[in-house]
Amino acid sequence: MQVNGQFQPTIVAFCCNWCSYAGADLSGTNRLQYPANVKIIRIPCSCRLNPMFILRAFQRGADGVILCGCHPGDCHYTSGNYFARRRMTLLFNMLEFLGIERERTRVEWVSAAEGAKFAATMNDFVATITRLGENKRLEDLRCKSK
Amino acid sequence: MQEQVRAKAKALLESGVCDRILAWKTGEFFYDVTPAVFTSVEEIDRDLVYNAFCGANLSKYLIAESRKGGKVGAFLKPCDTYSFQQLLKEHRIRRENTYIVGVACEGMADIETIRAAGIKGVTGGDFTGETLTFETLYGAKTMARAEALAERCKFCKSKKLVIFDELLGEQGEEQDVGRFDEVKRLEAMSDEERFAFWQQELSKCIRCNACRNVCPACSCEKCVFDNPNSGVENKAAASSFEEQLFHIIRAFHVAGRCTDCGECSRVCPQHIPLHLLNRKFIKDINEIYGPYQAGADADTRPPLLTYETGDPEPRRGDAG
Repeated sequence: MQVNGQFQPTIVAFCCNWCSYAGADLSGTNRLQYPANVKIIRIPCSCRLNPMFILRAFQRGADGVILCGCHPGDCHYTSGNYFARRRMTLLFNMLEFLGIERERTRVEWVSAAEGAKFAATMNDFVATITRLGENKRLEDLRCKSK
Repeated sequence: MQEQVRAKAKALLESGVCDRILAWKTGEFFYDVTPAVFTSVEEIDRDLVYNAFCGANLSKYLIAESRKGGKVGAFLKPCDTYSFQQLLKEHRIRRENTYIVGVACEGMADIETIRAAGIKGVTGGDFTGETLTFETLYGAKTMARAEALAERCKFCKSKKLVIFDELLGEQGEEQDVGRFDEVKRLEAMSDEERFAFWQQELSKCIRCNACRNVCPACSCEKCVFDNPNSGVENKAAASSFEEQLFHIIRAFHVAGRCTDCGECSRVCPQHIPLHLLNRKFIKDINEIYGPYQAGADADTRPPLLTYETGDPEPRRGDAG
């Protein structure tokens, strides 16, 4: 999205309900700033992330997608994030294989106590995507707002 | 081999071991060999073939056939036995209603390769041996089977029959012929080149869903792509995104379960190298989580249905 002639990326952050969503909440209550480009979608567990969600986010205009979940070993459902980790490893490799920049996708483990890490992660990810520029390879022009 | 297959099929019917036989028969064209169910000796004598064009993987048909009551006898090539074992593992086939005859395979021919070699106007011939003989409008021609092989058979992963009740011909061995070479070549390209390559290939897709329908691993009764709300159920893609999404998701849904039988590429009317997407997943799984061949055994868990606490993190991009 262009705002006043400057590129402003749209970032979709899928956050697990038990750790990362609470971590985002904590960074808010601690008044730690992170860019408003990040749109948070709460999911019950990082394992809930269907690969279709990521592709769909890119289709509808996301420039980067990040998945945040509990640290490995801390999953509320014991093992969800381990499965998610395997899936995302393979999916990100596949996206790269199809020529989608690796930087556009990321997985980060953020616990409910890591408000500062959440803010730092989002600042870093938004900066990376801003450098990278607009997502043109996995988009559907019909879904782009003018 | 064709005579042996016919004799065995007739014996199975006559002895009452099986009510029907699942094998191949020639369709409209000589190269167009399709799976068929035979219920009488006359049909077998007339129609059953086992030649260089019997590429079709019969395992998927057993999902429905094994539920129809009675016992079905099926002739499975090495590739098909891998798919069969994988489907058994997923409880999709009723093993007790099947009788499997493993048949050795010398590799299957590809009609495009044969045409490219200048053999056209074929009216008949013998395609069962190591040398294929063609009767054409321009006289008789021959071609070595090894030269006419389909791409997937040139890079055959295994000639071993992993599951059978009875064996016809020789048991084969697993092969190592560099089937990941093409994936490696693509990996070595830059992002832009890879994107251009896949954009060119995938944009040929007409969304006929043949790759999905033929795939033995793609056996859900309700498919996500049949959902009218999925946005990608359309026959014709309205934007390039739909093809990318369809093919990424199709390959992802069979990741860890794909036996690399190559049926997706064989049936593609647009000749898109779809097996490369599956092979990319297989290669990554082998490299990251240890060697795994879907369907090779009956008890290991597929890599995406298990985990290790020490699995590596998804790799970060350079700029990240």
